Amino acid sequence: MLNVSGLACSRGERRLFADVGFSLSPGEWLHVQGENGSGKTSLMRLLVGLSPADAGSILWRDEPTPSAEFRRDLIYLGHHAAVKEDLTPLENLRLAAALDGIALDERAALAALIRLGLRGREELPVRVLSAGQKRRVLLARLLTRPAILWVLDEAFNALDVAAVKLLGDLIAEHLANRGMAVLTSHQPLPVPGGKTLTL
Amino acid sequence: MNPFLATVRRDVLLAMRRKSEVLTAVFFFVIVTSLFPLGIGPEPVLLKKIAPGILWVAALLATLLGLPRLFAADHGDGTLEQMVLSPSPLGLLVAGKILAHWLLCGLPLVLLAPVLGLQFDLDASALGVLTLALLLGTPLLSLIGAIGAALTLGVRGGGVLLALLVLPLYIPALIFGAGAVEAHIAGLDVGGHLSLLAAMLVLAAFFAPWATTAGLRIALE
Repeated sequence: MLNVSGLACSRGERRLFADVGFSLSPGEWLHVQGENGSGKTSLMRLLVGLSPADAGSILWRDEPTPSAEFRRDLIYLGHHAAVKEDLTPLENLRLAAALDGIALDERAALAALIRLGLRGREELPVRVLSAGQKRRVLLARLLTRPAILWVLDEAFNALDVAAVKLLGDLIAEHLANRGMAVLTSHQPLPVPGGKTLTL
Repeated sequence: MNPFLATVRRDVLLAMRRKSEVLTAVFFFVIVTSLFPLGIGPEPVLLKKIAPGILWVAALLATLLGLPRLFAADHGDGTLEQMVLSPSPLGLLVAGKILAHWLLCGLPLVLLAPVLGLQFDLDASALGVLTLALLLGTPLLSLIGAIGAALTLGVRGGGVLLALLVLPLYIPALIFGAGAVEAHIAGLDVGGHLSLLAAMLVLAAFFAPWATTAGLRIALE
């Protein structure tokens, strides 16, 4: 479903990587590894279409990206918190869904937040939550937004042991439902199987 | 919910949680327009003559005051990235943000203008023309301003650059907006001025979200 070939990226004069290629089928995931500054985040941004590649092609369902269909099938969670500090987790989740054109009722949003361990925090403004809890608010979108391809950049940052295991479980469930995932992380991931790409 | 309306709702909700940002522009408008009568003194003929220009220039500057923050907050916390990657068309979300900006910044100016115009000895019908001209003109200011805000997003010292970029583009709105009120005071027909303002508004409503979207994509690369 996802075919990447000959991808190259440079920042200024410096060539970050060249000729990167991989393919993913339903139920598979890719672990992108590399040192700091090796271009993991740049690869993720190229992959989702936030920045253009110097060379190479990214095909989703045999169509070049970014297409409207690709954006519908994709969820990308990057370094940023991507939540509004002045809103509550519940408002954040429901408004993010509304912006994506998805109707999300309060019960489903609450269920997602509870699954992420935010019971009792759903009516507090996000700015009073800890870094790990903000991350959990963002991760709740994985449950409320139906997407096939998850692109998670350093998703395990700031998470405690229980949350790392929870996210591992979520990814495993997603893969079992014929989903796909591309992850970057410096720590070993609690998800079995998967391909590895080293930059 | 429609993504367009959802964006409007989101931005209005965020502004209500942080009212100071909205109130700054409104108070700026009130103070600046009040300084002129105080500085010039009680000279009704002169005040009446300069009123349209003063009110319009103050409205331009008040709009400009909030523009750098139009996309900066969303850019800073990463929600802008999510908007770009959203299945909803980015142009629709951007149009929602522009409408929210007008509701929070332009509309209060329109509603305050008749009250502030009293300081300049404008009569009721002139105040009506002023309000109507601002009603057509302030959305135009938000639309053009959004293009500038997108182009200067993430640029150091972007606020000054934004003013230099956007203010020349505001000149037609200023000429025809203030011109409508001046023409009315001089006893001429204002239909031409208002029609031109409306035409510019329609043109900007069509092109500005598209141009802003292109600017945002460049800023995020």
